[in-house]
Formats: sequence, C-alpha cells, structure tokens
Amino acid sequence: MPGSNRSAGDSAAGRAEVAPPAPRSTPSRRRPPLSLRATRRLWLIVFLAPATALFAIFVTYPILSALAFSLYAWEGIGRRGFVGLANFARLFATFPYSQLLGNAFWHNVLVFGVTMVVQNGAALALALLLARSPRGAKIYRVIFFLPVTLSLVIVGFLWALFLNPVFGIVNRLLAGAGLGAWARPWLGDPATALLTLTLINAWRWLGFPTIVFLAGINAVPEEYLEAGRIDGATEWQLTRHVIFPLLAPAVTIIVLLTFIGSFNWFELPYVVQGVSGGPNRSTDVLSLFFYRLAFGEVDTGLQDIGIGSAIAVLMFLVLVTVSALAAVLLRRREVELA
Amino acid sequence: MTGRWPGKLATQAVLLANAVLVLAPMVIMALSAFKSTREIFQNPFGLPVVWRLENFSRVWVEARFALYFRNSVVVTLASLLIILVFGAMAGYALGRVRFAGNDALYLYFLSGLMLPIRLGIIPLFILMRNLRLLDTPWALILTYAASGLPSAVFILTGFFRALPADLDSAARIDGAGEWLIFRGVMLPLVRPALVIVAIYNLIPIWNDFFFPLVFIQSDRLKTLPLGMTAFFGQYYTDWALLFAGLTLAAVPVIALYVLLSQHFIRGLTAGAVKG
Repeated sequence: MPGSNRSAGDSAAGRAEVAPPAPRSTPSRRRPPLSLRATRRLWLIVFLAPATALFAIFVTYPILSALAFSLYAWEGIGRRGFVGLANFARLFATFPYSQLLGNAFWHNVLVFGVTMVVQNGAALALALLLARSPRGAKIYRVIFFLPVTLSLVIVGFLWALFLNPVFGIVNRLLAGAGLGAWARPWLGDPATALLTLTLINAWRWLGFPTIVFLAGINAVPEEYLEAGRIDGATEWQLTRHVIFPLLAPAVTIIVLLTFIGSFNWFELPYVVQGVSGGPNRSTDVLSLFFYRLAFGEVDTGLQDIGIGSAIAVLMFLVLVTVSALAAVLLRRREVELA
Repeated sequence: MTGRWPGKLATQAVLLANAVLVLAPMVIMALSAFKSTREIFQNPFGLPVVWRLENFSRVWVEARFALYFRNSVVVTLASLLIILVFGAMAGYALGRVRFAGNDALYLYFLSGLMLPIRLGIIPLFILMRNLRLLDTPWALILTYAASGLPSAVFILTGFFRALPADLDSAARIDGAGEWLIFRGVMLPLVRPALVIVAIYNLIPIWNDFFFPLVFIQSDRLKTLPLGMTAFFGQYYTDWALLFAGLTLAAVPVIALYVLLSQHFIRGLTAGAVKG
C-alpha cells in the first residue's frame, strides 16, 4: 500500500535545503541556481494550493467547527453564549432528548448486528462458493455487484412499492405460496419495519463484501491449499484452518465499513420512512435524529443546533475510536502474516 | 477445481438463487414501467400486454426528469473534473517532490478518508449560506470536490511515487518545464489510477441524496435523487409512472456498469481490496 515506504524517486527539486531524515541512496546533485529553485518552489505551491485550500475550507473547517458548535447555546441558526458541556448534559439527561438518543442508538446497534450476520455471513458463503471457480463465476460476480451501483433512493422506493401491503408483490407472492397468513405491512408495522429496512439495505450492499472476501480468498497462496490437500485435509478443514485465518484483514475491513455504514445510516430510512423514523420512531437512527435537530422536524418543530452538534461530536468520537482500533488490528495482523 | 457433481449442483443452485434475488426485482421494475397502473396491480409478474412508452415520456417531460438528469450530469462532471485535476496536481507534488512538510500534508489529506464530512453539515450549511452558495450547484460541486480529494490524493500519490526515478530528470535534461513534465510525461502514465479515482467518486456523487437535500431548495436545481423524492410525493398513486421513473433513473448507471463492470468492481472496492 502506498504511504509506508517512499521510493527514492523523488525529484531533486527543493530537496537541497531540507535536511533528509535518513541517509539517502540517491547521488547528490548539483544545487540548482537560486532563480530556478525559486521557480520550483512556486510550482510546488501552484500544485498543492488548490487541493489543500479546498479540503481545508470545505472539509476540515466544518468538521472542527462542529466540535466547537457543541459547546455553545443556539437560537435557531444564531450562536449565543459559551455553555461548556451543557448541551451534552441536556442530551443525556433531559426529555425527550435522552429517550430519543437511546432509541436511535439502539437501532443503529441492531442494524449493525443484523447486517453483520445476514449480509456479511451470506457474502462470505457466496465468496467461498465463487472462489471454487464454478461455471459462470465471472457472470455471477458481475450480477452480484450490480445493486451496489444503484442509488439508495431508487432501491428504497422500489422496495417500498414491492412491500406495499395491498398491491405489493411481496405479500402477493406469500399468498400465492399459501403463506397468506404471513402477509403484513412490513414497513408499516413497528415490529418489522427496522428489520425489513435492514434487509433492503443488505440486498443493495451484499455484492460489496462478497467481492472483498473473494479477493481475500483468492490471495491465499495455492501452495498452502495444495500442502493441505496432500496431507489429506477436507475442503472444510482447508476453509476453516487455512483460508479463515488468512482472511482476517478482509474481515476487519468489512467489519469496519459495516460499522461506519450502520452508524451513518440515513438515506434509506429517510426515503422510505421519512425524517421522523416512522412508524412510531421504530426506524429512527442517529443520523435522522441529528438531521431533525439541525434542520428541524415538520411535526414537532424541534430544532437545536447545540444538541445536534453534540450528537455529531459523539458520532465523530465513536467513529474515530473504532477506525483507529481497526487500523491497529489490521496492522498487527499484517505483521503476523508477513 | 475439485468437488463431485452433487456439490457442484448445490453450488450452482445457491449462486443461481442469489442471481435471481438480485435480478428479479430489477426485471419486474423494468417490465412494470411499460404497463398501465391497472395492469401492474392485476398482473405484476407477466410481460406487458402492450409495451407502452408513454410512461417514460411523461416522466421525462411532465415529471421533469430531463431537468434532474441535466443537473446531476453537470454537478457530477464538474466535481469529478476538480477532483481529478487538483488531486493529480497534489498527488504529483506529494509523490515526486521532496519538501519540508510533505509527510504531514499527505497525512492531513488522509485524515479525510476516515472523517465523514456529513458530521460537519451544520457549519458547512452556515458557510455556504455566508458565501451565498446555498441553492446553487456550487454548494454541491465544492462539497463533493473537497470530500473526494483525499481518495484522489491517496491513490494518485501512490501511483506517482511508483513511477521510475529517472523519468523527471530525463525530461528535465531535455529542457521540459514543470508543467510539461507533469502534463506530458507523468499524467499519461498514471491514467489507470485516474480511472480508479473517477469511478470511486462517480457513483457516490451521482447517487448522493444528502447534500442536495440540505443545500438545494429550487426544483429547477434538484439532482436526480432529490428530484425523485419530489416525484414520488407527487405521483404516489400512479405506479406506472413511478416504475418508469425508477427504471429511467437506474438505466444510465446500469448501462455504464455493464460496459465497464471490471473497472467498477475494482474502482468501488479500492481501499478495501489490496492490489
């Protein structure tokens, strides 16, 4: 992966005045005349300034400001006095914020758990099958990945039509299969809405972990498997004791991406169930709660940028902690395997 | 490889079942787009009795999909152009030029890969308002470009670094200027990386719903995902039109995917898959 070791291919420009951190193998070159060095420095600025400025203004500044915003009182979009951690205290301890926070957070946890088991479990199984190079493996790969390219707005609306309690094809298929008693308003019943939405999400994403696992399995050296076969290992033993341990980095990445995706879940619940996470807050998640606090809600008019920013800070801290943890895990495993 | 025929059969059965699970909803969507609403309710799975195209023309004109498409194309292409040009310039400087702060700047860009810009949406909204960019395409273009740059810098810096060391000195001896070395010598050599960066960013930008939702008010500026929500609210009983709208919105991405599926799979999993 780029970034770890730098090739000796750096150009000579601008190097002369910088003390190299370590002895370099490149032969020392004649120092260019001053005017040339100044020109090169100017070029360096021309090359770096646009990207750096854009990134600083429209990414770094907003994220850092969000941290600061959580420490102030707000009236609408106007900032009032500094209040320290009062927004966090209100978020955790006062009605209705603490109830809504707990409810939404629990839903994010459920989405993560169900996605891990159903989506990523199925993806691993599919990847193991595809890795045996069955007939049509290439076509299957392309088909499985197709929904990943579709907009979640399309996916959400499409399944909302299919799951319509009266006219949707899902309940009609159940009735046709003699399971008419199972038919229900899947998205309209608080008992099933979140699970249904999570499964729609899994339908859209399934191809992604499948491809990542497949790449991981294909990277297992063929000699390891050959050696195992010569020793009389069964396919399952090879999978369990050779492929799984070597798949650890791919699994770590998928767990991390699933976590980030689950805790930033927004489009699908918003498009299908609305900004309030209906029915009866059964599909409310942190991003929806955050969005309502930031930009207001139609039914309650609840808007509080201070508390909204406090949620953003909490989500930020959780994501950074988990990402850092995953990075450490990944690196350690890579060292073990090296 | 190995395995006797019952095993192979079971494998095919599972893979085929999943392929049907993926494709059937899309096929039913596309077929429904040619039916009347009454026919969708009465005969949801069969072929249309008459293949009617008027659903599509109504969506295109009456439901303003032509406009939403144009907006999406403009915003996506402008964002990609900025990401590729600025990202390649920065990647070139970071990957080929030794200067104080090189590593720090590289890591600074990398931090953007981890931090979701959405968490900064409130300050970003206020910033766009103060810059008088709310309800303009520029609010979207600048946000997408800025949040796409870390991936571009990450991928392109790696590619530039991997180019042979003597390349630029040889060009310099031939008297080429800095811009010519970058544009004429280096950039053509990292073209595969540019494709990866373009696809990695193309799909999330084209499909994005969140930032238009926050930044765009006027119907004439809505991109396709946001326009579709307005469309669904307005025509929610007209299922023929809804399916035609969904189909029309899905066709460009699916067509591009069918043409370039290997690039798409590689590009969209870049970062999660090594090599």
